[in-house]
Amino acid sequence: MTTTGEITFKTEPFVLNFGPVHPSTHGVYRMRATLDGEVVLDIEPVFGYLHRGIEKLAEERTYTGFIPLTDRLDYISPMSNNLGYCLAVEKLAGIKVPERAEYIRVIIAELQRLANHCIAVGSFLSDCGAMFTPFMYMFREREKILDLFDMVCGQRLTYNYMRIGGVSQDIPDEFLPALHKFMGTMPGMIEEWENLLKQNEILLARTKGVGILPREMAINCGISGPVARGSGVKWDLRKADPYSIYDRFEFDIPTGEVGDCYDRYRVRVEEMKQSLRIIKQAMEKIPSGPIRAEVPHLIRPPAGEAYAHIEAPKGELGFYIVSDNSIAPYRCHVRPTSLINLTALREMVKGWKVADLIAIFGSIDITMGEVDR
Amino acid sequence: MAIVNFMNNSPLPMQVTPADWPGGYWWHWVFFTVILIVFVLVMVMGAIYIERRGLGRMQSRLGPNRVGPFGLLQPVADAVKVLLKENIVPNSADKVVHWLAPIIAFVPAMMIFAVVPFQNGALLADLNIGILYVIAISSVSTIGVFMAGWGSSNKYSLLGAMRNVAAVVSYEIPLVLAVIGVVLMAGSLSLNQIVLKQDIPFILLQPLGFLLFFAAGCAEINRSPFDLFEADQELVAGFHTEYSGMKFAMFYLVEYGEAIAMSAIITTLFLSGWRGPLLPPWLWFILKILIVFFLMVWTRTTFPRARIDQLMALAWKFLLPLALINLFITAIQVLVWPDALPWILIFINIAIMVILILLWSKFFKLGWGRIEV
Amino acid sequence: MTVPLAIKEIASQIEKKYPGSIEEAAQNSLVVKSDSLLAIAGYLKDTEGLKFDYFNYVTAVDYYTYFEVVYQLTSLEFNHTVILKTRCYNRENPAVPSVTGLWQGADFQEREIFDLMGIRFEGHPNLKRIFLWEGFQGHPLRKDYLQ
Repeated sequence: MTTTGEITFKTEPFVLNFGPVHPSTHGVYRMRATLDGEVVLDIEPVFGYLHRGIEKLAEERTYTGFIPLTDRLDYISPMSNNLGYCLAVEKLAGIKVPERAEYIRVIIAELQRLANHCIAVGSFLSDCGAMFTPFMYMFREREKILDLFDMVCGQRLTYNYMRIGGVSQDIPDEFLPALHKFMGTMPGMIEEWENLLKQNEILLARTKGVGILPREMAINCGISGPVARGSGVKWDLRKADPYSIYDRFEFDIPTGEVGDCYDRYRVRVEEMKQSLRIIKQAMEKIPSGPIRAEVPHLIRPPAGEAYAHIEAPKGELGFYIVSDNSIAPYRCHVRPTSLINLTALREMVKGWKVADLIAIFGSIDITMGEVDR
Repeated sequence: MAIVNFMNNSPLPMQVTPADWPGGYWWHWVFFTVILIVFVLVMVMGAIYIERRGLGRMQSRLGPNRVGPFGLLQPVADAVKVLLKENIVPNSADKVVHWLAPIIAFVPAMMIFAVVPFQNGALLADLNIGILYVIAISSVSTIGVFMAGWGSSNKYSLLGAMRNVAAVVSYEIPLVLAVIGVVLMAGSLSLNQIVLKQDIPFILLQPLGFLLFFAAGCAEINRSPFDLFEADQELVAGFHTEYSGMKFAMFYLVEYGEAIAMSAIITTLFLSGWRGPLLPPWLWFILKILIVFFLMVWTRTTFPRARIDQLMALAWKFLLPLALINLFITAIQVLVWPDALPWILIFINIAIMVILILLWSKFFKLGWGRIEV
Repeated sequence: MTVPLAIKEIASQIEKKYPGSIEEAAQNSLVVKSDSLLAIAGYLKDTEGLKFDYFNYVTAVDYYTYFEVVYQLTSLEFNHTVILKTRCYNRENPAVPSVTGLWQGADFQEREIFDLMGIRFEGHPNLKRIFLWEGFQGHPLRKDYLQ
């Protein structure tokens, strides 16, 4: 209701359904938004359109046979999912991964982070209305990364590359020179994007101060990844709880101050630069040797449970595995990064307009495969 | 005939057939009507091609290149495809309103071309209130858009239509004020006279007026960065969500027809219309229209999209005061220094434009932020 | 490096404050009784020196005779972590208090456990099915769920 002096205008809020099929809901995400004109009063998310029961399927597959299913969780960055799962099983079974495999894993994981942030930033900007131009530019770089992955494992989307105890195949001879060539051009590309976008008036007006996530709420909701770091929470699992061989590399953790969409976007771009640093250091020190530990094909870890988490491009991705000494896991739970990151969406969008709703949702960067599993 | 005699001999200045035109009034009318219809349709097809090809090349991809040599027949293929589609009308839509809306939106776009000169004296109707007629007619298509939004019984369409109405009404004022500067310099409202007075193109004498007209014009015809009325990412397709088949083709024609019309007006007012050294005048005219249209495509590719309240703030707080100041300064120049050397005037005007834009943009806030709910 | 806290110490601390609430202090996890879950969780969150403000995850496992709900908490300040568990022996109507009042991040995850395992969380603001549709019969992730 809005009042001007004596006259009272009665307006009614109405419910608008941003349906599962919508040009910008990053997959099959549905939300029912209660609007008063253009202002968002409340949203109610509806999940489950991509639920495939992966956790139940895990109880019927062998440990190695579950790895292709992890690819389909967060299908934008499958290598990270593979890595998380393999780390959990290796922790459970007490397997030590050889050096060369560790270095390969780090290089692949950081390349995957670059590829994911290309899509994340590109689709965030096209949600802000930049008509797919930055999206296309960033996809050009992601194509080069996908070509590198194609060289390594023959796949472009569902890699199924990591194995328990190492990686499945060694990197071919032409991989490192191609990677070197890619590393030569990528920093220039990131700079080109920065020049076009960092001080763009319209982008600043659309994203600065919009959708602020306060630091306390981010910690309370369990939010992780660039979303939390944009709000000032200086927590990165690669530094706080180093897994694999991340403690041997030197890199910084970019954080934002305010927690608006602009900070989240800046954090992702800075993370891309830090990933390039890590890849460069790993490339120089990669040793030769076996690429996989001696692990039986039908692995039977001892009875017990383990939780291993990694800093996936979207946040903290963890796998909690309970084993009863048989060939299949007794229970495998995936800590869904995107679902937990969505917990604060409701508070972030109240009071903003419809256009901001889409921009804020795009800046959280979710993938429905991970939300619904 | 009585009507022709009346019009030719009346004391009121109405449409005058040029004395040397063979065949008299009706032949002149038929000839120009046919030429205009053909011109608009062909130019719209050319505009669609330039837009898709230009957008593609600027996004580092190819754009349509299969249909015909260099994809030149792509718009023809689009037109045929759209005409063959099934005409779906929603059940609860208001049938009459739904059917009338595209017609009401399209007719004004065509009618603007009646007063645009292709060559000296070559126009359908040399009204001596030419530019006033253009401004009056171009507002009528908003009614068509609103009818489309209302008659579709769809909340998305209604939102888009309401945004459109609010923005068009707001941007009329800076548009008109920018035109008045040109009219003061030329001393006449008739478009033919305005072109004849442009020994130096008015873009140099009225740089601020050109920018204001370009910005306000883009907002009037839903071009990026103000294309939030049909924002793909938010409102699926805005007011023409529920249209298919021939009616959708009409809306498509409206969008590009108005873009060409606006380019034609800009060419006539600021770029000295059909005047130019070597080529025939009508070829210069078409070239200039295409250059201005390419400028619109360029801004579409580069910028993200503004939000509705930022759009309104831009119109009322930025463009309107600048338009008033521009009018004031132009009036002073015309009254006080009517015989000043043009080069001094050009220099002064460009300097004033730069200072004004820089100063003003520091002192106003774009839109309001979050509303307490 | 995130250090898993020594369970014996925390167990003795909690036993002093809330006697009789600990069921078992295993090697790397702390099993508490479900009626004192809220009190202990609040204690872990607010006490100086523990300050578990970051909620990693909550999940549930079906061991045929009981359900086990597993929580993991981390302290960002001290960089230590603890695993908290509680058991439900009631197979027909398992119920556990909800921790959404303390950590909002538990919201969607508890709904997921209710949906797929059937464990009710008392005090949850909006306990509805999240992935499966309204009217779905049964809870698929249970070990005795047959198509």
